[in-house]
Amino acid sequence: MAAQVSVIRTAAETGLSELFDRLKGGLPGDVAVREQALSGFRERGLPHRRVEEFKYFDLRALMREAAPPAGRPGPTELALAFNQASAFADVPAARLTFVNGHLAGELSEISALPAGIEAISLADALASGDPRLAELGAVATAATNPVYQLNTAFLRDGAVIRIPAGLAPAQPLALRFVNTGASAFSTASRVLVLVEEGASVTVLESHEGPDGIGYQPNGVVEFVVGDRAQVKHVRLNAEGSDALALSTLTVKLGAEASFDTLNTVTGSQSARHQVFLMFAGENSRAAVDGVTLLKGSQHADSTLVVDHAVPHCTSRETFKTILDGDAKGVFQGKIIVRPHAQKTDGGMKSDTLLLSDGASMNNKPELEIFADDVVCGHGATCGALDEDLLFYLRSRGLPAREAESLLLQAFVGPPLEALENDAVRDGLVARVEGWLANRA
Amino acid sequence: MIEINNLVVQIEDNRILNGLNLKVADGEVAAIMGPNGSGKSTLSYVIAGRQDYEVLDGEILLDGRNLLEMEPDQRAAAGVFLAFQYPLEIPGVGTMTFLKAALNAQRRARGEPELTTPELIKRVNAAGAKLEINRDFLKRALNVGFSGGEKKRMEILQMALLEPKFCILDETDSGLDIDALRIVSEGVNALRSADRSFLVITHYQRLLNHIVPDTVHVMADGRIVKTGGKELALELEKNGYADYRQPAAASAEAA
Repeated sequence: MAAQVSVIRTAAETGLSELFDRLKGGLPGDVAVREQALSGFRERGLPHRRVEEFKYFDLRALMREAAPPAGRPGPTELALAFNQASAFADVPAARLTFVNGHLAGELSEISALPAGIEAISLADALASGDPRLAELGAVATAATNPVYQLNTAFLRDGAVIRIPAGLAPAQPLALRFVNTGASAFSTASRVLVLVEEGASVTVLESHEGPDGIGYQPNGVVEFVVGDRAQVKHVRLNAEGSDALALSTLTVKLGAEASFDTLNTVTGSQSARHQVFLMFAGENSRAAVDGVTLLKGSQHADSTLVVDHAVPHCTSRETFKTILDGDAKGVFQGKIIVRPHAQKTDGGMKSDTLLLSDGASMNNKPELEIFADDVVCGHGATCGALDEDLLFYLRSRGLPAREAESLLLQAFVGPPLEALENDAVRDGLVARVEGWLANRA
Repeated sequence: MIEINNLVVQIEDNRILNGLNLKVADGEVAAIMGPNGSGKSTLSYVIAGRQDYEVLDGEILLDGRNLLEMEPDQRAAAGVFLAFQYPLEIPGVGTMTFLKAALNAQRRARGEPELTTPELIKRVNAAGAKLEINRDFLKRALNVGFSGGEKKRMEILQMALLEPKFCILDETDSGLDIDALRIVSEGVNALRSADRSFLVITHYQRLLNHIVPDTVHVMADGRIVKTGGKELALELEKNGYADYRQPAAASAEAA
């Protein structure tokens, strides 16, 4: 007799299924695409610790309830959200604001975009069958990812943005995601950014929300970067204290192109940021960096897959993590070098400082190399602050906390110092300083 | 004035200082000489407040205040300065950032107003010029990529800026060429004053030709075994430490 396997669904899993069945009639776009994306979830439920990629971020355990989706914000919520947005506030930029995942303030903000940049809401694009949506899902390694698939199934709004060929806007484009609500809610947003041949743009992305509310944002940003285009992307997770924040960045990079991304995390109760980057054209370069500062019982996961599908590309990953209290950090980085991707140059490094006995870090760097003429390396370190350095600083008069702060700032310095936009860099350095000051 | 009474210190059950007594008056330059392993560097670390050591007995008084009850940064603010034998490299911390943080931390601790950046730069440039410190170094991370001599000069620069009451020079001559030794010594001599005292730790008499001490103490087996004037250094240079090793060997046998 064959054993009968009965799958026990958690409240969140049952809730998500019911939610989808209830909502699907009203969601924009092709429902079959959503059904398809949800099929893995219907079969296996939420990914849990026995699923390799989620070993250190057990989504089944972390998501206790399926929070109801936030509706389109009314005028009061919009006003509140605009007032609350503080990330990159000092940076001169063209802004698009998303409130609870919905593109807000379209009229004023879209008309203020630099000449040539096009933007429409994703809900409109889905409803009208915008042909540019064919560019979605360009990175194969992301397509089967459960977090990405959940976003596909539930996505409500976001934007499609086009930076036309050769355009180089002087100011960054800031995508502000502001969440607001008095009880648990979920969001599912996606932004597709098409950076055409030879264009050059800085894109800022910030995520903020209320403390004490167990909200669940799931955001995806997809970049399709043309030949000889250059993108600098700086992301900030300053979500509220109880947020379960899931996010995915996908990048398809053309030839002789350049892509730099930095993710800075200070917010959320639990956060998972996934990067799926694919080199689709030769002689391109990419840098994927991260600065994560956690305390209390915070938990943050940086997962990335860099796919060298073509020869002659260079990738660098630099992750700096500081953990205090009982915080948990995760770094999972994988570099794939396909069989014909010769002359690949890949290097990945994750460094962690543990400031307390209760903090813990899981580092999992991986290389999958199928070509024979490549240079690839990875490294991971984990340790406490150097006592000798601390004593040296203290012997010069610096109190313990001040000496620690100086060393911690120096530790996370390299990825921040690499930022070329002064206002962006200063803003993030100030956030780091603020975080350090609040430790005391 | 610094006054050390019956200092007993161990590290991991290893007794290093055995009831050490020492007095250095205001304005005095005292030299401590002694063989390897006699506890000279331990003494300097214990005065500065390094935590690896277990102080079993004794007291270290600076103008009557017991340093052993203070944190390292409080001792610095009270006027203690240790010029390290091996100054540390601190990647990512700019030299000017560090100097400003150190100076202002001490000034805050003493209730004095903080220095502005222009004022700081003025002081650093003035002190740096005397020590022939290349201004480019001030733009680099602290001590990173500096030669041994450059690091020692940077220590003396810090000493000049922080204006301590009691300076400990821990084998400051090690790793210095003749020119660097002259520059560093001149830097120290320029700081000699009636209300500032020095403890100069060295293996060799050479340094004491440049920084001429008022008193010379011989240290062996964790205590001061002989005290004299500057001529004692010359005698040690001639005869070595053999005479002073005897008691240590004897006590080891006895144990």
